[in-house]
Amino acid sequence: MEMKYNWDWSVLLCRDGCVQPYFDWILSGLGWTVVVSFAAWIITFTLGSIIGIARTVDQPVIKGIATVYVEFFRNIPLLVQMFIWYFVVPELLPEDWGRWVKRDLPLPEYWTAIVCLGMYHASRTAEQVRAGIESIPQGQTYAGLAMGLTRFQVYRHVLLPVSYRIIIPPLTSDFMGIFKNSSVALTIGVLELTAQSRQIAEYTFNIFEVFTVATLLYITVTMIVVTIMRHVEAKVRIPGTIAMGEKP
Amino acid sequence: MIDNFDFQIILASLPILMDGMGITLLLTVIAIVGGIVFGTLLALMRLSRFRVLSFISGRYVDAFRATPLILVIFWFYFAVPIVIGRPIGGLYSVLIAFTLFEAAYYSEIIRAGIQSVTRSQIYAGLALGLTQGQTMRHIILPQAFRNMVPVLLTQAIVLFQDTSLVYVVGLKDFLTAADLVAVRDNRVVEMYVTTAVVYFLICIAGSIFVKKLQRQYSI
Repeated sequence: MEMKYNWDWSVLLCRDGCVQPYFDWILSGLGWTVVVSFAAWIITFTLGSIIGIARTVDQPVIKGIATVYVEFFRNIPLLVQMFIWYFVVPELLPEDWGRWVKRDLPLPEYWTAIVCLGMYHASRTAEQVRAGIESIPQGQTYAGLAMGLTRFQVYRHVLLPVSYRIIIPPLTSDFMGIFKNSSVALTIGVLELTAQSRQIAEYTFNIFEVFTVATLLYITVTMIVVTIMRHVEAKVRIPGTIAMGEKP
Repeated sequence: MIDNFDFQIILASLPILMDGMGITLLLTVIAIVGGIVFGTLLALMRLSRFRVLSFISGRYVDAFRATPLILVIFWFYFAVPIVIGRPIGGLYSVLIAFTLFEAAYYSEIIRAGIQSVTRSQIYAGLALGLTQGQTMRHIILPQAFRNMVPVLLTQAIVLFQDTSLVYVVGLKDFLTAADLVAVRDNRVVEMYVTTAVVYFLICIAGSIFVKKLQRQYSI
């Protein structure tokens, strides 16, 4: 069996005499991947925190709404959600808004992707936040209340500062999830890293080179984020916990 | 909008949708089985005394876990025909991609499962005169898999949702089938909403089942 394939890395780098400087496409794709991921993460972190906290409060109505949110967004595939946001939601909005979204909103596919990714991953982050809060012994809440703190103050000064420090590792993997899932946005026309590399693959047929570069870029960004977060985690680690003992 | 929701189109396209669901389920089942088999191998390599095996398995898992599934699908969709020198059709490429990709995730679950079995069980096995391999096969793995059942099933639900991504190479799974009708008959709202409802019902039923199982299995 013989593999007929002409390796040509210069395809990516050629500028002079080349019609398309393909490496620019990859860089632009990487840029959009990073921008979309970060913007979506802001929504995820904010909304995920609110919903995660809501799942731990005593009010049944608030708790119920938060639970419905989590189950709803967790049990529909991201790609289906992407299509719903992009094709269905503008139809369901009041007519003026729908028209604005479809006609006047600049870069509609990018905004849609950010909102969709952010809200999808918020359901996962909410579960991490809830688990973090629930991992704190009830005694701490009672101690706080006994000292005369209000419920709000207990969350603000006792539960949240501890739980966020505990859940940094799962929050990091949530972010990596957003980063990878931003590739799903190519289905509605967002030209992120995977979309750009597919385009180059289709134009040049040098698929091994271009997909290798894209894969290495994803792995590199992952490694950078993981390294940074490991430092953050070490900085804010709570003395006396099991994790403290693992420090090299 | 809701007033003119056309239920007729859903009934009319039922055969196409059912065929699509067939592909979706086929992909899910094969990727689960292949992923668990290959994932177990990866987990055993990772836990092996031989540094080389452990290193290879570790890098494999890291690489697949850092790469988006869509990119993996593209890799295999474009690369497999070149490597073997003839077109083999999207389905096979995608099946290979899903199996190899899911194996990375399953191996992490299985590794944690194996590590959850206490070390004294290994000593007990060896003391009884079993070989290392026999201890793993008859004592450790059965207990590990029992502990892992709920997590493996949760991963299966994730995988079931992930199969919708084959849309990017035009394989006619459930979502792609619905999309074809949506575009052909200009019934985007109906078809996408129906798709979402169907996925939701299947996944929520699955996760309720897992929760029940978890309560039964928990020690």
